Amino acid sequence: MIIHHPILGPRDAQEFVYLGDASLIDRPDGMTAGVEAFHDYLYQRTNPAGEHQELWYHEQGDRSWLVVTRNTVTHEITKVELAREVARARGRTK
Amino acid sequence: MTQSHRIDAKLGGGQIDRTKTLRFTFDGLPYQGHPGDTLASALLANGVRLMGRSFKYHRPRGPLSAGSEEPNALVELRTGARQEPNTRATVVELFDGLTANSQNRWPSLRFDAMGINDKLSAFFAAGFYYKTFMWPKSFWEKLYEPIIRRAAGLGSVTREEDPDEYDKGFLHCDLLVIGAGPAGLMAALTAGRAGKRVILADEDFRMGGRLNAETYAVGDVPGADWAAASVAELATMPNVRLMTRTTVMGAFDHGIYGAVERVADHLPTPAKGKPRQSLWRIYSGRAILAAGATERPIAFENNDRPGILLAGALRAYANRWGVKVGERVAIFTNNDDGLRSALDLQAKGVDVVAVIDSRQGGSLLPGIRHLQGAEVIDTSGKLGLASIAVRQANGRSENIAIDALGVSGGWNPNVNIHSHHRSRPVYDPGIAAFIPGSDGPPGLLVAGAAAGQMSTHAALKTGRDAAVAALELSRSPDLPEAEDMPIRITPLWHVAHGKGRAWIDQQNDVTVKDVKLAHQENFTSVEHLKRYTTLGMATDQGKTGNVIGLAVMAELTGRSIPETGTTIYRPPYTPVALGALAGRSRGREFRPFRLTPSHHWAREQGAVFVEVGNWLRTQWIPKPGETEWRQSVDREVLATRKSVGICDVTTLGKIDIQGTDAGAFLDRVYANTFSTLPVGKCRYGLMLREDGIVFDDGTTARMGEHEYVMTTTTANAVTVFRHLEFCRQCLWPEMDVQLISTTEAWAQFSVAGPNARKLLEKIVDQDISDAAFPYMGAGNITVCGGLRARLFRISFSGELAYEIAVPTRYGDALLREMLARGAEYDPVVYGTEALGVMRVEKGHVAGGELNGQSTALNMGLGRMVSKKKDSIGMVLSQREGLTDENGYRLVGVKPVDPNGKLTAGSHFLEKGAAPVAANDGGWLTSKVYSPHLGHDIALGYLKAGDKKIGQRMRIVNLLSGLDTEVEIVSPHMFDPEGERLRG
Repeated sequence: MIIHHPILGPRDAQEFVYLGDASLIDRPDGMTAGVEAFHDYLYQRTNPAGEHQELWYHEQGDRSWLVVTRNTVTHEITKVELAREVARARGRTK
Repeated sequence: MTQSHRIDAKLGGGQIDRTKTLRFTFDGLPYQGHPGDTLASALLANGVRLMGRSFKYHRPRGPLSAGSEEPNALVELRTGARQEPNTRATVVELFDGLTANSQNRWPSLRFDAMGINDKLSAFFAAGFYYKTFMWPKSFWEKLYEPIIRRAAGLGSVTREEDPDEYDKGFLHCDLLVIGAGPAGLMAALTAGRAGKRVILADEDFRMGGRLNAETYAVGDVPGADWAAASVAELATMPNVRLMTRTTVMGAFDHGIYGAVERVADHLPTPAKGKPRQSLWRIYSGRAILAAGATERPIAFENNDRPGILLAGALRAYANRWGVKVGERVAIFTNNDDGLRSALDLQAKGVDVVAVIDSRQGGSLLPGIRHLQGAEVIDTSGKLGLASIAVRQANGRSENIAIDALGVSGGWNPNVNIHSHHRSRPVYDPGIAAFIPGSDGPPGLLVAGAAAGQMSTHAALKTGRDAAVAALELSRSPDLPEAEDMPIRITPLWHVAHGKGRAWIDQQNDVTVKDVKLAHQENFTSVEHLKRYTTLGMATDQGKTGNVIGLAVMAELTGRSIPETGTTIYRPPYTPVALGALAGRSRGREFRPFRLTPSHHWAREQGAVFVEVGNWLRTQWIPKPGETEWRQSVDREVLATRKSVGICDVTTLGKIDIQGTDAGAFLDRVYANTFSTLPVGKCRYGLMLREDGIVFDDGTTARMGEHEYVMTTTTANAVTVFRHLEFCRQCLWPEMDVQLISTTEAWAQFSVAGPNARKLLEKIVDQDISDAAFPYMGAGNITVCGGLRARLFRISFSGELAYEIAVPTRYGDALLREMLARGAEYDPVVYGTEALGVMRVEKGHVAGGELNGQSTALNMGLGRMVSKKKDSIGMVLSQREGLTDENGYRLVGVKPVDPNGKLTAGSHFLEKGAAPVAANDGGWLTSKVYSPHLGHDIALGYLKAGDKKIGQRMRIVNLLSGLDTEVEIVSPHMFDPEGERLRG
């Protein structure tokens, strides 16, 4: 696979490490959320046959975490964003 | 010796060099061939038709084809370490000195004792394994499986290591053209002339594809000459890379293709410094599949005898290699291409005694006995074809004596690579074959016979048009004139006659009967059919047999062929050697390894090394007279605790963490608190995973207001850094914190023992007295008169200890300097074993305890998890199940009898309890011999272990027969008050 890194351009997927569902960005606040919320955050995943947002880490590159929108059936990649910007857009400022 | 079956050069020399002779042996007998021959063409030229035995029935077999689809002519090539089983004689390029042997026969190819299976064929029908070896159950392991394993498989592998190298490489192009027949050549010419970067790959050693096997013209010249001229033109283009002997074996994601180049398979041994094969990863903008088509046979009784070939293969052997497979030949066909084979053979002086044409009507071939509406119903001949039985249109049967039969059941487009993304081929009744469907790999176009475009003109045209479309070219070159004959085919899949066996898949011995049995037992879907009968498995993957098998199933079920469907194809297109997939990743080069700064010094001392993660670390350093590892390790431990020892700890992960939020960031990634750590101090940190399990531990020092240095375990250096970047970028993007791994930047040594300070005072430029540099102190210093360095007063051994770091390139010098300047203290350099002994004596956790299943509570560190702040893993570490007060706790273990033995992995049992899982109390995680205490000691996880200190239990290991009475003690088994490390 080829991932079009927003800063570095097309890179082979071998340079990356895969983590999983980009919902891992949405970590609850440990001082207010309880065990149930963390359980859902950590273990509850949708497993779509189709478009999926997932986290890839450019370990053999610039160490950016990326949110890659990939079709799990065709492997077509339709969007690649810096995870930091996705996190900010989702309101993770604290 | 005479090449008795070579066609007179005056009738057309073929593409072999008759001026040169190559010598080779098959089953020990010497033969001759010419450059340009394959092993199969050379054997056939010498009148050798029998080349192998079939898989199940051990039937005598010769080649069916002249290409990579070959199911039968599988041989062992070469001898010794280079011996290679299951090579297809039809694609093995002949070289001088080649040695080949037949396989799957005993004692000889002509007499094979396992041929008895053929007589017992009634017992070996499809599914016989499933039915026969069912019961009694106990027979499976001892009787059935060993017998099946002995009988299974074809060739044998050498037990020697492969002496050759295999390589991997990367290529980029605008257009990858797969196959160099008329379509592929025309596509490459079109793109190449337009200046595009083109890769043209072909599995054959001679480009031209089917043009090399035909006689008709392209433009004004024979097709093979046009191909050669086109290749010559392409070779002059710097933007075109021609890759012969290169099989594109798979279509992967985003325009990436895998290709195996057989760099040296056609040579006795690879040239010096050259690989045997290269595995290429080709990044293509667009690709064109021009892989041609494969002829398929017709199933009739005993259609598998040596001498029965595909009709197009007979013609290829005659036209390309100047070989007549037989003196008296017949053709059995259901389409016009079979007639072409008859005419070509006749033109080469072969006696074509009959053409058996299953179709009615149409014009008769001139000068050849052309039987229309006729079928071949049976054959005879012991080790090769001797005669065929023909049923004519009027129902009368006739025997015809021949020694070769060409069969043409039509041509199947080679759609394989187009299917690699699960695109299903669709049935085209016009050619009675499957053509590529929709939804192929993005960017892949199909041209020529692979697309069902069977004439030469259509191949040239679709090749050109595909290149124009793929690259959006503005100009479309003119095409040379070429034949454009229609395919006239009336499908005939199998001949209905009698009760004998009619082969569909010759490699797996699948017959029409087996398909009928599968139908009878309701395995009617194509996927079930394949798995129940083994149709289409093994090295040829059913290239000649699949479509017939499913057509027969369609007939049996009364469904149409499109309704029946087809199985699809996965990579690789043809078998790939494991060596090519491994490339250079073998032996010591299986993965990269790293050397510590003290490696060269340690090697000079004769150190024993151990792999730790990617590192080679010193395990111990034997002194003269020490014959056993424990002697060295005990000495290193005792010398360290007595005076001073030095250990290279560079491999621990080191991460610089800077920024105004550095302290707050550490509070969130560590279970305990770091923002309160004073500048110039270190603290032990415990890092959890989000699920509450311990992830890693290490010491982190505060070097400045906004600057920390974290250490991680050696094993987790990479994963901790990855995790911290995740936390920084994905969870808390607003934090002002920067990370960089400095593991490689600093050489770091632990200096431990009562004389550690005294030794370091001879190195360090500053005052490091206990007052100036107290326990858990950290700071930037200089050594040896000005070299920048870092010093941490931390201890893993329980001794007065420091870790001193210098820029990596000074690591070797620092070690030698410490040993020289501190010689009066008799310093010892210790390895990982002694390190392990001392940390177990002190009850410090390491790999055995940080096992990815244990919590801080299990380790006796539960109170380190601060609830006053949010940190990774804090919430879930408190969940039910991880907080059981009777759960596992880290304990120390010592044998009641000092001679009692312990081993890691053994289990705790109460005295008198039966050694069954229900009574299991926990297990030992680490065990060492303590030279100070004079007996084995261990750490372990014991249920409610904190309440069992002082109790006696047993340590049991059923594998080694160990059963030792032990006392449960605190994990801190040496200097429990910690007086030594504050000294």
